[in-house]
Amino acid sequence: MAKKAKLLPRVSMPMQDPHVRSGNFNEVALGYTLEQAQAEARRCLQCKNPTCQAGCPVEVDCKAFIREVAEGRLDEAYKVIKVTNSLPAVCGRVCPQEKQCELRCKLNPTGQPIAIGRLERFVADSYYAVNPCDAITGGDDCKLLREDLKVACVGSGPSSLTAAGYLAALGVSVTVFEALHEVGGVLTYGIPEFRLPKAIVHTEVEFLKRMGVVFKTNWVVGKTVSIQDFFDQGYKAVFIGVGAGLPKFLNIPGESLLGVYSANEYLTRVNLMRGYKFPDVDTPVAAGRQVTVLGGGNVSMDAARTALRLGAEKVTIVYRRTKEEMPARLEELEHALEEGVILENLAAPVAFNGDEKGHLRSLTVQRMELGEPDASGRRKPVPVEGAFFDIPTDLAILGIGTGPNQVLLRETPELTLNKWGYIQADPETGETDLPMVFAGGDIVTGAATVVLAMGAGRKSAREIARRLGLL
Amino acid sequence: MSTTILKKRILIPGRVTEMTLDAPEIAAKAKPGNFVILRVAEDGERFPLTIADADAAKGTITIVYLVLGKSTAILDSLGEGDAVLDLCGPLGRATDIHKVGTVVCVGGGTGIAAMHHIAKGHAQAGNKVVSIIGARSADLLLFEEELSKFSHEVLIATDDGSKGQKGFVTQVLKERLESDPEVKEVVAVGPVPMMRAVAEVTRPFGVKTVVSLNSIMVDGIGMCGACRVRVDDSIRFACVDGPEFDAHKVDFGELMMRLGSYVPQEKQSYKCYCECHGKES
Repeated sequence: MAKKAKLLPRVSMPMQDPHVRSGNFNEVALGYTLEQAQAEARRCLQCKNPTCQAGCPVEVDCKAFIREVAEGRLDEAYKVIKVTNSLPAVCGRVCPQEKQCELRCKLNPTGQPIAIGRLERFVADSYYAVNPCDAITGGDDCKLLREDLKVACVGSGPSSLTAAGYLAALGVSVTVFEALHEVGGVLTYGIPEFRLPKAIVHTEVEFLKRMGVVFKTNWVVGKTVSIQDFFDQGYKAVFIGVGAGLPKFLNIPGESLLGVYSANEYLTRVNLMRGYKFPDVDTPVAAGRQVTVLGGGNVSMDAARTALRLGAEKVTIVYRRTKEEMPARLEELEHALEEGVILENLAAPVAFNGDEKGHLRSLTVQRMELGEPDASGRRKPVPVEGAFFDIPTDLAILGIGTGPNQVLLRETPELTLNKWGYIQADPETGETDLPMVFAGGDIVTGAATVVLAMGAGRKSAREIARRLGLL
Repeated sequence: MSTTILKKRILIPGRVTEMTLDAPEIAAKAKPGNFVILRVAEDGERFPLTIADADAAKGTITIVYLVLGKSTAILDSLGEGDAVLDLCGPLGRATDIHKVGTVVCVGGGTGIAAMHHIAKGHAQAGNKVVSIIGARSADLLLFEEELSKFSHEVLIATDDGSKGQKGFVTQVLKERLESDPEVKEVVAVGPVPMMRAVAEVTRPFGVKTVVSLNSIMVDGIGMCGACRVRVDDSIRFACVDGPEFDAHKVDFGELMMRLGSYVPQEKQSYKCYCECHGKES
């Protein structure tokens, strides 16, 4: 009997040294070399009945593209990915693969699943199709854009970009309307450079432009133009992907003190407005020395790691439960800890305290302990009576979640909302209560992941294409 | 979208300027009370200006600004035919305008320009508009002629008495409220101390009073919360819940405090700009 080949471990990802990277905004993960990528790809079992693809919200044919990588055909690998995933360089970086494709990998039980995300990133970074249409349609040209088939995408985050790419490949004239002065949505204002370089987003957007997608910035749909205006102007369908951008506040004393930011404000000032270059740019951002970040999700990790890079002496994340319950990706949490971020778990904010001029000086928190499990199955944090203490801080960042942005919703009262205030849309098609108006991404689900938004954009685009008689 | 400056008119030399911008989409939707967000340089900040007037037929909007810092200085360096890099709007909730009778519109400083659009809206809705405008001296008054086109009366207060009544707009307002029981609503736009004083004048009369707040904004579309203000003891965003609020419920002290958030940085930015361009800051 042949001896079973020993399973090699995953090829590890080259990283910037934590002590170096906490002082710069360059990307943390450096990416595989060709040799590393091929070594990792060759570990793939090429299962007869692969399960990884079903774990992907946009159904990338992982097995096929990994085989192409193993054999060194990166152009073919790219085409395989690009058929279903319009933003592979983004997904390879920010998807939680450990909960998706890699979770379903048959090697996962060994603790060494194929590093599908890293391979996807490698392919996307190494090979950009010279002709974007070839990668999608397999032909020299995109189907000629049909002037009579106009679709509007509202917002330019991952769901809209995905819908736009899918439809443009079928010959639809797509216009993307973005409220800010730069496109990309959360990829631009939210996710920091060290996790997702803006050049990557820029390249993906350029790709869509070459396919004929038109981008209009500074258009606030609901304000500058209404959904009904689109139909009056001859658009056949509208896709709404405006995200969940309304920051939540705690409603505790002192929240208006100078030095208390929502994570959205902090990250927007740094990422979109490049406030870290002040005074070379005009938008300042508070450079805290002792920074406190509230909340335990990915946005909090991004804010904490950004604060370190802006020169903070100490960055503390305050979270009500324990490390185990933190909703952030384990990888992001580990990166933050490696860089020197401190965790203050089982602590809940009670009040912000300032000086006579209104500058934040400290945060009072109450010690918590874990009680009985709540509805979500997690043990509920309960306050320890009388156990209060102060954390000295001159910059506090609230990463405690977001809600639906109201701008479009208030101006479009005919859209039906669900009980949480998000747009009610058919989970299979994304269609709303308004005919030929579709919605997807965080404005339907509440804050979730980039790839889930992309999956929703793709579903809606497919349904729009079907309704327009293109499928 | 970038937008072309069609007309530039100096209202007060060295201080206040009016620009008419080619912005047909915004002009078609702009209502009294709305504002726009501008960016005037590649590395520039996003900053709000209230729409002082809009002409849907001509496709233009009017903005009025006082050169206060780097961004307004850059804007002021542009002339007719030049483009404003980014213009976004119309933003914010429109003024709640109903036919109620007599409405007193109070404006101070460049706030008079913002008040103009609101006052015009009230006049068009059939209200009797009494405009009260104030400045330090007669040469610093704005929009007197424009306001007199639709106002029933235009009352003036100057600190030095060079025109109208000597003193503050609040004194004129108080006398009006005492003598005219028909005043159903008061609108005030101007410096925060003026708006706060107006709120205190009208409070004992129980007259509905609306103020338009000029908080610091970043995106202007409800995403960051930089512009948050405390109204009736709850957090509201000036950009999407306002910019107009019930003056009797606004925490003006907190607003003043937050407006001072970046004063050192604003001074630093403006000083650098002026030194590079050989101007006095």
